[in-house]
Amino acid sequence: MMIAKTGLIDRRSLLAGAGATIAAPAIVRAQGKALKIALMLPRSGFFAQAGQSCYRGALATPKVLADLGYAVEIMHIDTESSNDVSRTQAEKAINDGAQCVIGAFESGNTIAIAQVCEQRKVPLICNIASAPQLTGQGYQYLVRNFMTGPGLVTNGLRLIGEISKAANMDLKTAVFMHSNDTFGTAQAQAMGKIFPTLNMPFKIVESIAYDPKAQDLSVEVTKVRGVNPDLLMIVTRAGDAIKLTRDMVRQKFQPKAIMSPGSPGLYDEEFFKAVGPYADGFIYNLPWFNVKSKMTQALEASFKATNPNHRFDLDGFNAGFTFEALLIAADAFKRAGASDGETLMKAIKATNIKDHVMIGGPIVFNEKGDNPNIGSASVQNIGQKPTVVYPADVAVAKPILPFPAWQGRK
Amino acid sequence: MSGALSFLTPRSTIVLIVCGVALLVAPFVVDRYTLSIILLSLLGAYLGQAWNILMGYCGLLSLGHALYLGLGAYASAVLFVNFGVGPWLSVFIAMALAIGAAAILGWLGFRFRIEGVYFSLLTIAFAEIVRIGFDNWSFVGGAAGFFLPVNASLSDQWWNLRGGPFFFYYLALAMAVASLVIAAMLRSSKLGYAFLAIREDPQAARALGVNLNRTRFLALFISAAMTAVGGVYLAFWTNNLFPAQILETSKSIEIILAPIIGGLGTLMGPFVGAFLLVPLGSALTDGLRAIGLSAPGVKALVYGLILMAIIASTPNGLWPWIARKLGLGAREQ
Amino acid sequence: MSVSLYIEVLIQGVLSGLVYGLMALGLSVIFGVVRVVNFAHGEFAVLAMYCAFVLFGLAGVDPIIASLPLAVAFFILGYAMQRGMVQPFVTRPQHEQFILLVGVALVITNGLLLAFGPESKHVDLPYSFDSYTVGGALIDKVRVYGAAAALAVTAALFAFFRFTSTGTAIRASADNLTGAAVVGLDVKRLYAISFGLGLACVGAAGSIMMALTDMTPMLAPSLTLLAFTIVIVGGLGSMTGALAGGLLIGVAEAVASLVVSPAIKSMVSFGLLVLVLALRPQGLFGKAES
Repeated sequence: MMIAKTGLIDRRSLLAGAGATIAAPAIVRAQGKALKIALMLPRSGFFAQAGQSCYRGALATPKVLADLGYAVEIMHIDTESSNDVSRTQAEKAINDGAQCVIGAFESGNTIAIAQVCEQRKVPLICNIASAPQLTGQGYQYLVRNFMTGPGLVTNGLRLIGEISKAANMDLKTAVFMHSNDTFGTAQAQAMGKIFPTLNMPFKIVESIAYDPKAQDLSVEVTKVRGVNPDLLMIVTRAGDAIKLTRDMVRQKFQPKAIMSPGSPGLYDEEFFKAVGPYADGFIYNLPWFNVKSKMTQALEASFKATNPNHRFDLDGFNAGFTFEALLIAADAFKRAGASDGETLMKAIKATNIKDHVMIGGPIVFNEKGDNPNIGSASVQNIGQKPTVVYPADVAVAKPILPFPAWQGRK
Repeated sequence: MSGALSFLTPRSTIVLIVCGVALLVAPFVVDRYTLSIILLSLLGAYLGQAWNILMGYCGLLSLGHALYLGLGAYASAVLFVNFGVGPWLSVFIAMALAIGAAAILGWLGFRFRIEGVYFSLLTIAFAEIVRIGFDNWSFVGGAAGFFLPVNASLSDQWWNLRGGPFFFYYLALAMAVASLVIAAMLRSSKLGYAFLAIREDPQAARALGVNLNRTRFLALFISAAMTAVGGVYLAFWTNNLFPAQILETSKSIEIILAPIIGGLGTLMGPFVGAFLLVPLGSALTDGLRAIGLSAPGVKALVYGLILMAIIASTPNGLWPWIARKLGLGAREQ
Repeated sequence: MSVSLYIEVLIQGVLSGLVYGLMALGLSVIFGVVRVVNFAHGEFAVLAMYCAFVLFGLAGVDPIIASLPLAVAFFILGYAMQRGMVQPFVTRPQHEQFILLVGVALVITNGLLLAFGPESKHVDLPYSFDSYTVGGALIDKVRVYGAAAALAVTAALFAFFRFTSTGTAIRASADNLTGAAVVGLDVKRLYAISFGLGLACVGAAGSIMMALTDMTPMLAPSLTLLAFTIVIVGGLGSMTGALAGGLLIGVAEAVASLVVSPAIKSMVSFGLLVLVLALRPQGLFGKAES
């Protein structure tokens, strides 16, 4: 452990020390300069699309971190969206010298990795995963720089209330529609618990769960049309958001507002590509990147250089959180000056980063390992670009409400 | 026991002992990554053995074994979290539930003479209905999943199936060995001969006085109960359950690949298949990354090609071929 | 909820059902003659969708029109596959056919993933967002076109089996394989043609589906299951059955979505499947096996 701490040992003496530290092979390979991070993302399988989006953010990261004086060595690992692969690959990554693990977008995969990290005393920083069950389980080597599902819903509903009030919208009835997959169902359950406690001005007249693998959502939209609510609240992924939009346009269904209390889908590249001008008007309430932050601008510039074929606006959510997880690791490593799990984890828990990418206060972790300072914003698609419209301190435009007509969009 | 193992030739006894010892000492020799792969292989061998009893011995092709796996996993997890029932007790309830489900399936299938490909499709449909049911059943978390607590305070409570990698490794090894013993005993029993008779020719078996439906039910029950035990293990090993993973048709397919590739209806087939396919998957991941070809999809594509190649070249599976080459298991058919 | 909504949903179910029926018809033709269950059926449908997607991207061909050339291309593909790969498996046990086709499915899905990435793909037709209003009910234009095309392809196939000598020969060998061989029919060739025709159905159906919906490679298994459900309900091996099964499943799922919950609609079709298997294992239109 002392070897890594000095950071001055050359390769030969490192090798000489290897014999003495067989029990801790990860430390032997520490270069002393760059932290070796295993970035585990679902780059194939069911969550491939989101995994790739996170990956693009990771590609843009090293340059930004280097400019800030941090050095990281990233091992890119595909979890294939599978628990078994997540678990074995975590074992392998740590064998191969990973001193810190970051991942894994999906809650089940993250739990599989967390168990390995816990046993091997290697810090795991969760970039994105919302299952509340992840933290508060007594994991010593896990922190999460993301919101829990109930947190997303609470903030999302609060913002829906505030933004409708600010725009003088009189919303009396709402239909809640969600994909019956892991995330959508978790959000629906949180909604069921939280909605009654918030004293919202509208009531939910119907809650509709749909099959995430449905070939189309025409009947589902017909069903909503039958209820004809003022507000449609949706929790989607990109694929079903596209189908939903198409069928709403075809059936000329036009509520006063369509808002998501917090879900992906509406800002994904494939959504914009697929529905074009019909993407405009949707509002989603999520943690979002702070356009006004210097670091965000630096990340955006680097993103453009490394991913010329992708728009930062659309990858910013995934890229931003993946960047921040890497930043947290690099920052902790710099402060700790050591890469052994115990020291590094202590430093990670003591994180306090004021300037960062996502909206919200300084990055810190509470005793559960969650960051309580993550903020949410209302983001609206305007001119086929996600635009922060609320709250005012981070907004760059005013919300467009009521929902603009489908007809005549080009 | 001695009767069950009477098929062993001296040579195969030696090989079996060598493999057994290797597996016993593995945790002290290999690194944790390799150990996790061996563990998954053992689990694959166990589940393959369970499935093989139905298909390999009795000739009933089930494509929906994820049903019993998922029922076992969910039953033990829910009993543990919501009712405080430990896994060593709930495993019996899990088996009973799986047998119950198998009874309904069997009743439909055997009573109405649903045979061949129709039976296989019935098993898929049945498993899918249950999966969608679990997806929408909020008591067990629905599609959002069911989580077992992983408190540090619970670690090393072996009586609650809590422990480190060694514990789960030896548990998997014990289960795999037990499944082998059960299968071996079945094969040399009267019931086992009835299974084989039905597989070869149901009508002739009936003429010989074999009660077709009763025998088939028994094969289905044994297979389902064993698979449910695997589900209990999975629940406490992974600590999170999602219908979209554990009850999916893709899980059923995963279960049956090993015994078919290894050698259907043989005792060692599930082992050979699992110890080939699981490491193959990991080797592909590592190998493709090493040569810079790790684009998403390449691995599964190569895996598919290998599956096609194996099934085209060794239709009866690998074990009979290996056994012949090495002069082992002369009395395996 | 007004009556027009029910009528609308019913019509939507019928229109989707016709396209699904065509896809399932392919499965039924292959099984009816070759006696191989094509476990990669949904994957072939998705392959056709990507072909239609590429044709649209390169030459701006409307996928509904592309269904014709794709039917031909998939016929050739199926013919070659039967000759080169599946033929040796015809006499082998079902589980071996199963593994072979699982391998094929893996190759197709992941080949597509590799070539096109995981994002869902779609085509932008000038009339994608249009709809007809018929007596208060809204009907999607693109679904009407798609259903009409599916119906046309189905009719052509029925005509082939009824009025051509090859079609009659295939039906004869489906009914009585030994007899067909005895009277000198080239069974292997008929098998290859049947497999080709089966894939032609998928090719056409997939192409049409590309106009109706978005697709990712990951959705292929659910299409395979859908095709299974339809042909079992209709009767595996029966052409009329596949078509009727498609309509029945289409309507049943649509109505279940409206009346119960969209999330359980595939449960309804699987339930229907179990019911049919229990009451009439050979399917609604199938012939009882002797």
